[in-house]
Amino acid sequence: MLIIETKNLTYTYPGGIKPSIRDVSLTIEKGEFVILTGPSGCGKTTLCRCFNGLIPHFYAGQLEGELTVAGLQVKEHPIYEMAQRVGLVFQNPENQLFALTVEKDVAFGLENLGTPREEIRKRVDWALQMTGIEELGERAPHELSGGQQQRVAIACVLAMQPDIMVFDEPTSFLDPLGAQKIFEVINELNKKLGVTVILVEHRLDLASKYADHVIIMDEGRIVLNGKPKEIFDSETARLIGVGIPKATQLWQILRENGIKLERVPTSSEEAVRLLREVLKA
Amino acid sequence: MIEVKNVNFTYPTGVEALKGVSLSIRNGEFLAIMGQNGAGKTTLVKQFNGLLKPTKGEVLVDGVSTRDISVARLARKVGFVFQNPDHQLFSETVEEEIAFALRNFGFKESTLKKRVTWALNLLDLTEYRKTSPFMLSGGERKRVALASVLAWNPKVVILDEPTIGQDHRQKEILRQFIVQLNAQGKTVVIVTHDVEFVAECSPRVVLMAQGQIVADGDAKRILTDPDVALQASIVPPQITQIFLGLTDLGLPTDVIDVSEATKALLEYLEGGNC
Repeated sequence: MLIIETKNLTYTYPGGIKPSIRDVSLTIEKGEFVILTGPSGCGKTTLCRCFNGLIPHFYAGQLEGELTVAGLQVKEHPIYEMAQRVGLVFQNPENQLFALTVEKDVAFGLENLGTPREEIRKRVDWALQMTGIEELGERAPHELSGGQQQRVAIACVLAMQPDIMVFDEPTSFLDPLGAQKIFEVINELNKKLGVTVILVEHRLDLASKYADHVIIMDEGRIVLNGKPKEIFDSETARLIGVGIPKATQLWQILRENGIKLERVPTSSEEAVRLLREVLKA
Repeated sequence: MIEVKNVNFTYPTGVEALKGVSLSIRNGEFLAIMGQNGAGKTTLVKQFNGLLKPTKGEVLVDGVSTRDISVARLARKVGFVFQNPDHQLFSETVEEEIAFALRNFGFKESTLKKRVTWALNLLDLTEYRKTSPFMLSGGERKRVALASVLAWNPKVVILDEPTIGQDHRQKEILRQFIVQLNAQGKTVVIVTHDVEFVAECSPRVVLMAQGQIVADGDAKRILTDPDVALQASIVPPQITQIFLGLTDLGLPTDVIDVSEATKALLEYLEGGNC
């Protein structure tokens, strides 16, 4: 079942000279884990803002083409309606958290929607549990570490039980272990709850093993769209300077030297297994 | 160039962020300070330009204690590029942002113009000269912050998490750029989590954990030691992880980049180990 469909989507910010996204046509299936990547300034964040209606309802500007998300024509539904279906987690949790306690922050979105008290309690507890921060409920968000804050931000969005969660470079302020934990939380939400995940990410070395769909943008357009292994092995990905995982790069160079691994590895664990077969043979 | 002598630092909240840190950085050195969030990396580099003063011990920059010189004078020597560009940027156009510090340092208007143009060009920002920094993407704002510091040509450049929000191509440009700055004799200190970036740059690495330095040496030695990495919550580079997974076959473990990896694998296969 399709959960997102765009046809020839083109958008220019107010006062912008050229469109930030051009002619974007894509489909995303319900339950997919999608990585959206491409050079900085390529239109990734702009595209994500379309998914939850921030564009065109908040940013105004010029939006052309068709955009259907979770069965709704985004242009005709206000942000508060879209926000119940599409949750957005930002790069820097500091920009998102503001309440005095973690629980209050997580409850905020539901309170705004007038959700009954009992239901709020239940959903907040559930969201804290799913993100592994039950013990932080009474703490002040600004006193937490960057990794903990990002989990709070995820819990805030999760509590709304959206069909789709969009993560805009959620780990760039975190150290590698902190980042890995966040990717695992996101992966759990995807695999256990069936939430459709759209992850905007440059750190493909860490993230690509979770994805089943990769979209690469450049200068506002989609240039590659498909399965991770096909995408990372393509010449286009190399040319536009996407950070292809090192394991995949190694595979490419070995192939040039006449050594063929059975599959294209996208993680170190996979590369170890494949190399072991070749080295032992 | 910078000498940190047995420094302790405690924030007013009582958090002890540095515990007996000693470190010497020579003129023209390229250094990466790595470690987990909260390990004390940023607290340490803020001692280098006097933004923070040691609670105990002392920091000498070019032979002068940071207690005996104003932050403004020290800034002329030690440029600091913050992690979050939004903590630094405030002007209405990119051009004014870069000109701001130069004006404060009292550069002549003609020199100032030249410097601004030079810095814009250096970081590929010329087309945004008249744009508001807040209209730019995160990665572009980061470059504006860097340009505004490089414009006054400090002897030491400190970059706090320079690769955040930068894509692969920009990281490669940044890498070449840092190497070039360093080759021109500048002392470059980066604070970073980005092991892949460090693996490609090969600087001297100082690893911190819980307010102390736990390892100090060349990038290859430190990034390929799994025990050291674990202690400081660093995940080794992907290529190193692959080789650590193959040690039982007698492959080397001190491999950090793709070309070294290819060489080691080809040698292994040709060496008749199969």
